[in-house]
Amino acid sequence: MTQGKIVGLEGSFAIAEAVRMANTDVISAYPITPQTHIVERLAEMIADGELNAEFICVESEHSAMSACVGASAAGARVFTCSAGQGLELMHEVLYIPSSMRLPVVAVAANRALSGPLSVWCDHSDVMALRDIGWIQMFAENNQQAFDLTVCAYKIAEDKDVLFPTMVHIDGFYLSHVIEDMMLPDDEVVADFIPEYEYPFVLDPEKPVSMGCYGPPFIYPEAKKAQEVAFESTKSKILETWKEFEDTFGRHYAPVETYKMEDASIALLTMGSISETAMLAVDELRAEGQDVGLIRLRLWRPFPFTEFRDAVKDVELLVVLDRAISFGMGGPVCSEVKSALYDKREDLKIVGFIAGIGGRDITIEDFKYMINRAAEKAKAVERGEDIATEMIGVRE
Amino acid sequence: MEGEISEMEREEEDLFVPRLITTEENFAPGHRACIGCGEALAVRHVCKALGKNVIIVNATGCIEIFSSLFPQTSWQVPWIHTLFENVAAVMSGIESAYKARIRKGKIEDRRVKFVGFGGDGATADIGLQPLSGAMERGHDFLYCCFDNEAYMNTGIQRSSSTPYGAWTTTAPVGKKSIGQMTWKKNLPEIAVAHRIPYVATACPSYPFDLMDKVKRGVEMTGPAYVHILSVCPTGWRSSPEQTIEIGRLAVETGVFPLYEVINGEYRLSVDVPRLKPVKEYMKDQRRFRHLTDDVIAEIQARVETEYAKLKEKAGVK
Repeated sequence: MTQGKIVGLEGSFAIAEAVRMANTDVISAYPITPQTHIVERLAEMIADGELNAEFICVESEHSAMSACVGASAAGARVFTCSAGQGLELMHEVLYIPSSMRLPVVAVAANRALSGPLSVWCDHSDVMALRDIGWIQMFAENNQQAFDLTVCAYKIAEDKDVLFPTMVHIDGFYLSHVIEDMMLPDDEVVADFIPEYEYPFVLDPEKPVSMGCYGPPFIYPEAKKAQEVAFESTKSKILETWKEFEDTFGRHYAPVETYKMEDASIALLTMGSISETAMLAVDELRAEGQDVGLIRLRLWRPFPFTEFRDAVKDVELLVVLDRAISFGMGGPVCSEVKSALYDKREDLKIVGFIAGIGGRDITIEDFKYMINRAAEKAKAVERGEDIATEMIGVRE
Repeated sequence: MEGEISEMEREEEDLFVPRLITTEENFAPGHRACIGCGEALAVRHVCKALGKNVIIVNATGCIEIFSSLFPQTSWQVPWIHTLFENVAAVMSGIESAYKARIRKGKIEDRRVKFVGFGGDGATADIGLQPLSGAMERGHDFLYCCFDNEAYMNTGIQRSSSTPYGAWTTTAPVGKKSIGQMTWKKNLPEIAVAHRIPYVATACPSYPFDLMDKVKRGVEMTGPAYVHILSVCPTGWRSSPEQTIEIGRLAVETGVFPLYEVINGEYRLSVDVPRLKPVKEYMKDQRRFRHLTDDVIAEIQARVETEYAKLKEKAGVK
């Protein structure tokens, strides 16, 4: 297995190390809490000559992503990162690299959306990005933040992929927390992510027109081609994670489970809260409940097969949402229900909303959700409507 | 008078200068611009001046629409369009990619010209922030604003570059409105305020001047900005065959003076010792036909004041 060293690193610094080891050419970013430590560390690396890259200190997130698009079209390996409002401001531009097949790599330090203003973590920003056509995955700790960022380059730049890729980390919970992690040697990472040549680069030697407009006679064909290509990226994602495991010894899968072998009740989470959820599962098991945990690692393309497989023996699925789809409930819960429609009519699905705007979710909260979900499932059996419950809210 | 050329010199220029200009078209004909489009003509001249060693970034707008209907393209040079407001930011990325990749030995060392194209809406309104950012950061690029003085592609809505008193669909003429109620935003002066090496105004009615300025701008290291008045028969309600004449009248009346600012030094490109009345410029444009003599007098006074200020900056008596 690969050489490396155990270090204590903040999540932001771990991501900066991945960007440095990838020998990134162009970084374009605008500061926003809680992403700032990533860009500050990258700026330091460039100032100290540890990273040979152009850092474009743009005047907005809209321009940050626009510059990434330009740099990527000119053949550079590019990186940006943002959070919350920043992702909202760059929203319009996020559709461009996915429709023009530009392998931009980005990290989102997940943050609540205004108003009221909140710099703290939730997944409101993630849920606004569901349809942007980017490969998206979740990290639960700093090691994963590093590993998945390394993988993001390899996945995005694969000639059969060429889609932008985003790694989600929970703002503050990962970006500002120091944890032990294995930092591999530079050369191993460099070998893992070889230099790449973008096939349609902007070059006066070989003129191309990029971004021609598409009237109704061609637009649907262009979008179908994009969707077919996007769905086909999953095999390359799995291939890359397998190769990562062979090189670095750490396993990643689209859907990951914890104590699910004989579980009849499953909790579903995404991101850093999954580690708290594991502790809750341990305690509930000690109390005699056959509970397990399902974590969505790959968010887009949605891992239908793996997810259905993970819940095949479950009777009650409890979904945690860290965002609200106003007038609709929890967005992840809605997606999960749609993924299971016609597949598992006997499965009860109960959604909770918690941990928005940086409100902590405790082990006790998870215990409450599991017990309350059982009651709600009974109510559903009686034919009653159940509303999505927001927990831990003072009323 | 300095800058003025004799009738004989002008004849010589008319005879010989066109022969010095490349017959190569980097912006191919067959595009879908309106008849008499001053902007398409300007783009053609600009592309002749730029040559082949260039990457063009284009904003959403008339140029992008009439030149790039998939699967056809007028562009014989690398060209990219993404969105409306982000030309200068996309260009910043392309320029930085070249800089980094050359420095890292990933591509051969060469100077490629990076050029942004945008209309007045994309430049003066929605894309002003990215443009300001790119100029402030000092990327090596030329930005050409093709100013047809309204959102023509969406149907003649007013922009901050629409002149005072002009009719547009969102500044209509009515009992309580003379059309555009605000004075045209001075984009070249905003560019000058960024202390960039090169700023110029141009018009395809003066093709050699336009091409010279594009060449000068693109040869400079650092940001360069050329603001090109582009007569729009569709939006200005003028006759297509008058496009060149109206462009000339814009200059001869002082409505749109041609000048350049090289490292902060102003120079008038075409000095007009005695300005023609603005009415001459306005008379064949139906966007101005509702204006009363009082309003025209107001515009006349403003043009004269502005022209005098410009002459003072250029040191012309």
